[in-house]
Amino acid sequence: MTFSWNIIADLRVMWQFEFMRNAFEAGTIIAIVAGIIGYFVVLRKSSFATHALGHVGFSGAAGAVLFGLNPVYGLLLFTTSGASGMALLGRKASTRDVEIGTVLAFMLGVGLLFLSLYKGYATEAYSILFGEVLGISDSGVLFTLEASLVVLGVMALIYRRLLFASLDEDVAEAKGLPMLALGLIFMILLAVTISIAVQVIGVLLIFALMVTPAATAVRLTRRPLMAVVVSVSIAIFAIWLGLFISWYEPYPPSFFIVTIAFSLYVVVRAVVALSAKLVRRGVPETPSNPGHVGG
Amino acid sequence: MNASSSPSRQLAANATVIRADQLEVGYRDKVVWQHASFEVHRGEFVAVIGPNGAGKTTLFRMLLGLQQPTLGTLSIFGAAPRRGNPRIGYVPQRHSIDNETHIACESLVRLGVSGTRWGPGFSFRKEQAAAMAALESVQAGGLAHKSLGTLSGGELQRVFLAEALVGNPEMLLLDEPLSNLDLRRGRELVTLVAELSRSRNVTTLLVAHDINPLIHHLDKVIYMANGKVATGTPETVLTSESLSALYGVPVEVLRDSRNHLVIAGAEESPGGEAG
Repeated sequence: MTFSWNIIADLRVMWQFEFMRNAFEAGTIIAIVAGIIGYFVVLRKSSFATHALGHVGFSGAAGAVLFGLNPVYGLLLFTTSGASGMALLGRKASTRDVEIGTVLAFMLGVGLLFLSLYKGYATEAYSILFGEVLGISDSGVLFTLEASLVVLGVMALIYRRLLFASLDEDVAEAKGLPMLALGLIFMILLAVTISIAVQVIGVLLIFALMVTPAATAVRLTRRPLMAVVVSVSIAIFAIWLGLFISWYEPYPPSFFIVTIAFSLYVVVRAVVALSAKLVRRGVPETPSNPGHVGG
Repeated sequence: MNASSSPSRQLAANATVIRADQLEVGYRDKVVWQHASFEVHRGEFVAVIGPNGAGKTTLFRMLLGLQQPTLGTLSIFGAAPRRGNPRIGYVPQRHSIDNETHIACESLVRLGVSGTRWGPGFSFRKEQAAAMAALESVQAGGLAHKSLGTLSGGELQRVFLAEALVGNPEMLLLDEPLSNLDLRRGRELVTLVAELSRSRNVTTLLVAHDINPLIHHLDKVIYMANGKVATGTPETVLTSESLSALYGVPVEVLRDSRNHLVIAGAEESPGGEAG
């Protein structure tokens, strides 16, 4: 199976294999959800909490493996509990780095214990840590779809309220928005998204799918809805291209996905910085006329 | 105290929009201020002045229904304060927006009218028109597509003002809008607020440290210090006698040739125990 420039034909060859079909399907669904939730992660400055939730999920997944259960149930249980705890810390949760980090380290340790108690293969741990996108089953895809539809449905319902609460807490609170409830709902959506995204990218690399695309998107557009669209597009692009390359190269797809997302981020930051410099040099700064008030 | 003693008959005819009666506010076992009784009438421009920690923001929080008085009664538009009152536009002292906020001003202002609605929102045109009109009204139409993170302090305050105005409120609560502005920008903003307040008949309460940029526009002053509150016209409140009584130590109010006020002695006054 060699690469040809006929991309459609290449994809058709790949999609003859069930594991590739599943990887593309689950990967696309997860990219959509992660791209949307990721925008709010960036807006709410909760990227460390997201990273930490991945680690909390690790011990849940390891625990589930130990008891012979599907790791995703352990992930869901632990991430939603952890997320609820963080939400109840209140609106300043994003600044509670020390508390969150303390729990993160402890949970990783617990996960390690679970794994050492488990007498199975180390591959199980490896796939939780770094993802196993080529090993997603039909039922895995179905579960991913169901969970994603729930996340997307809730998100569509609360989109504007969550945007307001995330961007402008004090005004949103005065306007009567239920801040604690919105924070809690968002964190639970985040937990569910992380739990399904782990299949693709693993707990250690979750940042690359949940934060990097959105962080790139906010530098390309100032409109929230457009930023969400761009963020989703970047996530889909990274996953598709990563899977595509991994078909031809004997290295883990997670590596390619992470690298593509990272490269886009670096390129966008460099281009934005460079164009800002050029604009500043080229056009003499137009005095942003505040329209003389009074005088 | 009654503010309508002077020529403006129209004020007397206007409805009372805020009424405080023997109001006391505090946290657990600490009283912030007490025995505050005052009225604010429709269309008035009111400054809330006092040193740090005097309880100025606390007054706003009570008007917004975010905090309850410990004693006394407070009514706004003839009813108890409640959270989410659409008749109030609020500009808090802002911390969550920094130069990492890559969001267009228009998107923020739009949330002032749509941010409490359900669903993803498809009535783009209407919301956008409302946001643009609000931005134009504060002479910030040109900032609509700029990123919040790139604005100067004065521009940011005008955008926040537009966000507060977009729902056509009857009252504006502005918390320290002048704190990051130089004197000239501060005066420009105050003039703008005063004009808006007059043209829309919006009652405006503005928290500030310094009364001077405001003095020519004010109908009333709510002066907080030392756990006490004095209210009235600037002429009655901003006198050596009135402020000495408020602080509990001798305070002198000096006026320079351009009628600027200097309040001397107040800053050295001890905290709550003076008197």
